Amino acid sequence: MQKGTIYALILGAIPFITLVFALPLVNRIEPVILGLPFLLFWILSWVILTPGILFAAYLLEKRFNPPEEGEE
Amino acid sequence: MNPALIIIFGVIIFSSLLGIYAGRRVKMNLEEWTVGGRRFGVILIWLLMAGEIYTTFTFLGASGWAYSKGAPTFYILIYGALAYTVSFFILPVIWKVGKKYGLHTQPDFFVKRYKSRYLGVLVALIGVIFIIPYLQLQLTGVGLIVEEASNHSIDSRLAMLISFVLTCVFVYTSGIRGTAWVAIIKDIMMIVAVAVVGIGVPIIYFGGFGNMFKALIAQRPNFLVFPGATTNMDVLWVMSTLLLTGLGFYMWPHVFGSAFSAKSAKTLKRNAIIMPFYQIPVLLVFMVGFTAVLVIPGLKNGDFAFLTLVNKTYHSWFMGFVGAAGAVTAMVPSSILILFASTLLAKNVYQAGFNPKASEEEVIRLSRFMVLVIAFLALLFALFFPTALVNLLLIGYDGISQFFPGVVLGLFWRRVTRAGVLWGLATGIALVIFLVFGGWDPFLGMNAGFVALVANMVVTVVISLLKKSSLKSKSSKLKT
Repeated sequence: MQKGTIYALILGAIPFITLVFALPLVNRIEPVILGLPFLLFWILSWVILTPGILFAAYLLEKRFNPPEEGEE
Repeated sequence: MNPALIIIFGVIIFSSLLGIYAGRRVKMNLEEWTVGGRRFGVILIWLLMAGEIYTTFTFLGASGWAYSKGAPTFYILIYGALAYTVSFFILPVIWKVGKKYGLHTQPDFFVKRYKSRYLGVLVALIGVIFIIPYLQLQLTGVGLIVEEASNHSIDSRLAMLISFVLTCVFVYTSGIRGTAWVAIIKDIMMIVAVAVVGIGVPIIYFGGFGNMFKALIAQRPNFLVFPGATTNMDVLWVMSTLLLTGLGFYMWPHVFGSAFSAKSAKTLKRNAIIMPFYQIPVLLVFMVGFTAVLVIPGLKNGDFAFLTLVNKTYHSWFMGFVGAAGAVTAMVPSSILILFASTLLAKNVYQAGFNPKASEEEVIRLSRFMVLVIAFLALLFALFFPTALVNLLLIGYDGISQFFPGVVLGLFWRRVTRAGVLWGLATGIALVIFLVFGGWDPFLGMNAGFVALVANMVVTVVISLLKKSSLKSKSSKLKT
């Protein structure tokens, strides 16, 4: 596997870790942050961070994988 | 005539005209009709995907679950983000294979990868079987929302009939381009409606969402943590459901197929990055459901929470706007469901299964004819047998997700075989039916569809490994 792809996959695992496997640890109301119960705050934060994570994965692939033919 | 009616019909008719206009000056063949000539850039792909994914029932359902179940509704906010992460890795590869071999549909992929026309026929039939109840659901959604929004001055059956006939017309003339263009209106109206209501009602009744949550937590302390108001949707259920829906999402034939209309693999990568932003409206919809818990408690059907609260709070012309947004929000996904179900039947069942010599012209003609057949079927069920397909709908996601091993192993693992995929798929579907209808869902606290997917994956891998010759034979992996 190419180096950039490996980095991208590691980043891609983050939403699964935070939004699936961490759920038993964050299943509570307190502390209420910005008016949101903690569980909802946690979920919303990681959903909003996902585009940033994927963008970083995109940049890493571009940086470490050789450009493919036929791509602009 | 009340203002709500004028707004609803104005929007439905204008949208359809735009849909028809979208296909002007394009000479329709299968490549143009089904995958838009593979020319869609980031914006059109985003509109198309967001347009087909976020249906009327995403919104009625998300607010309904927030109202009646509490925290389990949060899964609707999460699974999209997971699905888009998966799409970042698989859609560009699927697109490259599609471009190289001229694929139009999901069964085309199975035919090419596993060198079996009949596997393609099977995948196509399973796809269509699950699409029709989904389509019926959209129809029911239009009827319900328009009847409610017009204050019962339009009968739901009339609303279904009108919006469906118009949808058929623009699918017939413009194909996937029609869907993408109408999605522009749908996305704008829907976001405006959801933002106004989602931000508005907590402020109107509580002065802000912070106070609303305070009141809700005081009244029902466990409502906003899993399992909420349910007894069987605890953390394990949420986790397994998320894995199932996150992985299975792009296995829906119409979502899978739309990926082919992108102009490059890179377009799909960029699209995956921006898609999660579209989840934010879902949060606003939750706010409406939660506010409704406090303001209008005791509704029998939670799916009506959104509309009932809007009706109570806003002027009737805004109700018309919401009704119109709801109607186009059903028409856009319907159009793409009809389009792909038709292509599946014409190309992957008729041509592949019965008449391999059929010319491409014959296939496109039959596809367009099938538009009418499929829409008529869905309408028939919605009007006369509304409960006949409920069971199919119940297992739709569970069933469709069983394509995942065949697609993803097919893309990335050389040794996976046709027999492996066939047995895995059969195991998965059989297990879904057995568990769900045998009363075993959730199974040990987990979503039954997820249990079936794991079994399917194991069977696919084991049977593929049993066949030694695949090591010797030349790589059957598709080159990209």
